[in-house]
Amino acid sequence: MDNIHDLGGMEGFGPVLPEFDEPTFHAEWEGRMLGLQRSILFLGLWNLDIFRYAQEKIHPTDYLKWSYYERWAHTMIATALEKGLVTPEELKYGAGDNSHLVNVNRAFTSKHLRAAFVRGNFERNSDSEPLYSIGDVVMTRNIQIPGHTRLPRYAREKLGTVIAVRGRHVFPDAVVNEGVEDPQWLYTIEFQGAELWGDSVDPMIFNLIDAFEPYLERP
Amino acid sequence: MSGFHHHDHKHENSSSLTDIETRVKALESVLVSKGLVEREAINAIIEHFENKVGPHIGARVIARAWVSPDFKRLLLADATKTINDDADFPEVGQHLIAIENTDEIHNVVVCTLCSCYPWDILGLPPVWYKSAPYRSRIVRNPRAVLKEFGLDLSDDNKIRIWDSTAETRYLVIPRRPIGTESYSEGELANLVTRDSMIGTSEIPSARGVDSNG
Repeated sequence: MDNIHDLGGMEGFGPVLPEFDEPTFHAEWEGRMLGLQRSILFLGLWNLDIFRYAQEKIHPTDYLKWSYYERWAHTMIATALEKGLVTPEELKYGAGDNSHLVNVNRAFTSKHLRAAFVRGNFERNSDSEPLYSIGDVVMTRNIQIPGHTRLPRYAREKLGTVIAVRGRHVFPDAVVNEGVEDPQWLYTIEFQGAELWGDSVDPMIFNLIDAFEPYLERP
Repeated sequence: MSGFHHHDHKHENSSSLTDIETRVKALESVLVSKGLVEREAINAIIEHFENKVGPHIGARVIARAWVSPDFKRLLLADATKTINDDADFPEVGQHLIAIENTDEIHNVVVCTLCSCYPWDILGLPPVWYKSAPYRSRIVRNPRAVLKEFGLDLSDDNKIRIWDSTAETRYLVIPRRPIGTESYSEGELANLVTRDSMIGTSEIPSARGVDSNG
């Protein structure tokens, strides 16, 4: 969906402002938020793709106004309610209601910390062969679907070159939009800057994205 | 064209920071009381990201790549496997990809769609990495953004901007600074900055600097 999260190439946001001696968390609740988010993902009611899509649906005014962890908090609470992990009453009183049964068959404990620290593996085995090879010129499709996609709009309908084949990976579009993994071959595509940004752009810049096979076609 | 009107209907949902803090705490309490999440496990996650994982891990990997051509070759071929095969480094997730800066090519990493970042080797991303100015501008006007970071690349330098749009994660191998030939691996690791591994800075030359401090 074409919302504000798809920021690449937009103008007017002003300078990047690095913070000197930045702390890991700017408030105590941000750390709890992060810990809670990693813990909840382990429960398996939703995954990172669904969490990302939930953030993409945030109203653009809020998206820009909220801090990163505020976006997480609003999204996590909304998703927890939507997926039935908690009820509005439980959240209101901050106490579990044992009559509310959650469709989760595991708990996140200190035994499962590795799952919180090491990213999951999204590659899936395959008998299929990739359609494209290194050096192939490809055209990205004009994907404008209402749901989730990982093709940034700056790279729609652009000519690029395959520079790497990364294996067959879980397809986030299918995870969110259809509820299935539908693994797809993943490629790194390189574009000349001018193909994306017009002739006036710096001729020495090259943009790269990781693109799933359904994002690509032969020109 | 007023954002205020769009916003009016959301008043009930849009909360102040304090409200959000309360709601996050409430969610934690509910899940803990139902036995779904252990509070100690959350504490351990916070401790991990505050004190254990961070750019010092990436810095040690980079220093190793600088002193060992074999290690660098393997790192460029398969960074995850190479790091995980080496007992000196903590475990990193799959599909970490190392990209090397050269005299001709400068690499810089972004996630324009959200905030993908190699947490397991660099720790949590800085706020600017997740900010709208960085995500919007680095893909289109990298030379200007890098200049704001104090990195003034020559116009002849090719710049490659890697947008982390899948479950791959990118780690830049910065150029080894001039004048560090006599440095030990540990001394080299101390020179490597977080931003140099994202690609928004380079490591200054050590020429004229006494390596013995």
